Amino acid sequence: MEKLRYERPLIKRLDGNMPNKFGMRSDYTPKTHIEGVAVKDLIKKYGSPLFVISERQIRENIRKARKAFETRYPRVQFAWSYKTNYLDAVCRTFHQEGSWAEVVSGFEYDKALHNGVEGSKIIFNGPDKSSADLEKAINNNSLIHIDHLDELYKIQELSKKQNKTVRVAIRVNMDTGIYPMWDRFGFNYENGQAWTAINKIMQSETLELVGLHTHIGTFMLSPNAYATAAYKLAELARNIRLKYNHEINYIDMGGGFASHNTLKGAYLPGTDISPSINEFAEAITTALINSDFPQNKLPLLILETGRALIDDTAFLLGSVITNKRLSDGRRSTILDIGVNILFTSFWYDHKITPAQPFTQYTEDTVLYGPLCMNIDVVRENINLPLLNNGEHLVVHNVGAYNMTQWMQFITLRPRVVMIDMEHKVHVIRDNETLKSLLDLEHVPDHLTKFDL
Amino acid sequence: MKINKHIAVSDSGFVFNPVTGESFTANPMGIEIIEMLKKEQTVEEIHAAVLDKYHTDNTTVEKDVAEFFELLKNFSLIDRHETTEN
Repeated sequence: MEKLRYERPLIKRLDGNMPNKFGMRSDYTPKTHIEGVAVKDLIKKYGSPLFVISERQIRENIRKARKAFETRYPRVQFAWSYKTNYLDAVCRTFHQEGSWAEVVSGFEYDKALHNGVEGSKIIFNGPDKSSADLEKAINNNSLIHIDHLDELYKIQELSKKQNKTVRVAIRVNMDTGIYPMWDRFGFNYENGQAWTAINKIMQSETLELVGLHTHIGTFMLSPNAYATAAYKLAELARNIRLKYNHEINYIDMGGGFASHNTLKGAYLPGTDISPSINEFAEAITTALINSDFPQNKLPLLILETGRALIDDTAFLLGSVITNKRLSDGRRSTILDIGVNILFTSFWYDHKITPAQPFTQYTEDTVLYGPLCMNIDVVRENINLPLLNNGEHLVVHNVGAYNMTQWMQFITLRPRVVMIDMEHKVHVIRDNETLKSLLDLEHVPDHLTKFDL
Repeated sequence: MKINKHIAVSDSGFVFNPVTGESFTANPMGIEIIEMLKKEQTVEEIHAAVLDKYHTDNTTVEKDVAEFFELLKNFSLIDRHETTEN
């Protein structure tokens, strides 16, 4: 006789008290397949833990975002935010969908070139651009977004030396009514720094002011803040037109649109409170169309959306190492997924679903990672079905920042696979091995031998 | 190990302790073990019965059943006199 699936015995006291922080169970079906491929087969073949990215979902997201903006505004250009996920396969999917590259370091700039992006379609942001980086960007006719005055002077000097006109924009920070206000990047609008920087560029013989850029924050839940930002940039553009009779080519609204993850401490889940891409598009395009731009001279609208386009395209698969009970009676489950590879667990209460069928019985659980470090907590409170050792779980919405901010710490970083449009699985990043780390290390001769 | 004789257990997993007035809910495996305890089966017999019926291993069953007994003790569902003797 076939033996039945085992579930550990459970008994819970029925309390008629207030809802607790573990919350209610919200998932009723297991996540057994991703893009038609069985989770257990993926883990069997590629190991656990494993990042899985859906190419179909990436393409669907960017097409939906383009549609949201292009139906509301005549000239729109997306630029893929490399720092959000710079795996080549991911970047190239976005480039195939027409996105330019938006980079914030020399390393990312080189990666964009390596991916075959024309220099003129690379937007170079960020506060740390070396002279060598800038020279390269100038030679490639890239769009350089100036972050501070020292950078402005450096570009001016390099452009004169190379006798080249450089296409530049300035990053503008501003009060859009949200907290915290991001004022560390770029030039401030309200105190006049931005206008001063614009005047310095307009007086320069070698710098051409082609755009205005802002990036008002991250995981923004208020589309109206973008409308305020767009009005302020339009106001700057109007002043440039009035004083210099110069039209800027583009307005870059940056990124920061929230994904559907749930921020730690949020009262409602991200799926309920995050605005849709249509709401952001409506706020931004309405503000630009209502501003003073002449009808036939509306600037190109650039968007550097990262998180909202990639978060829901990726899953992290893992397995249960063991179940324990803590001293205060709480259930704890230890997974092979640690915060070193799931960096976003510091910000989000990630949705986590068992990958195999389960019963209706659940237990309030703390999910720990495998690291021998107290900080390794994947979920502090989650109401989960009863999981046996070796069973699998799926962490949802992990596409943004995890595969760039992950750390090689205690354990090695796992493989990343992408499932293509025909449900074929491709390894797009190999797992690390001891060799990959030792290749970077050098031991001085006098430390090669020892006796114990 | 002896379950408190006053405990009422329903097939659907509802457990009631008339002495304290407390109610509990148990999953089918929990109910099976409570029923076995009511029939005064030994711990070894319970392990064997679970292993015979379910797809699992001895280490897991021993660990899970021992933890389940701890819960029963904490909820005062196991006869205190018996617990002390054990």
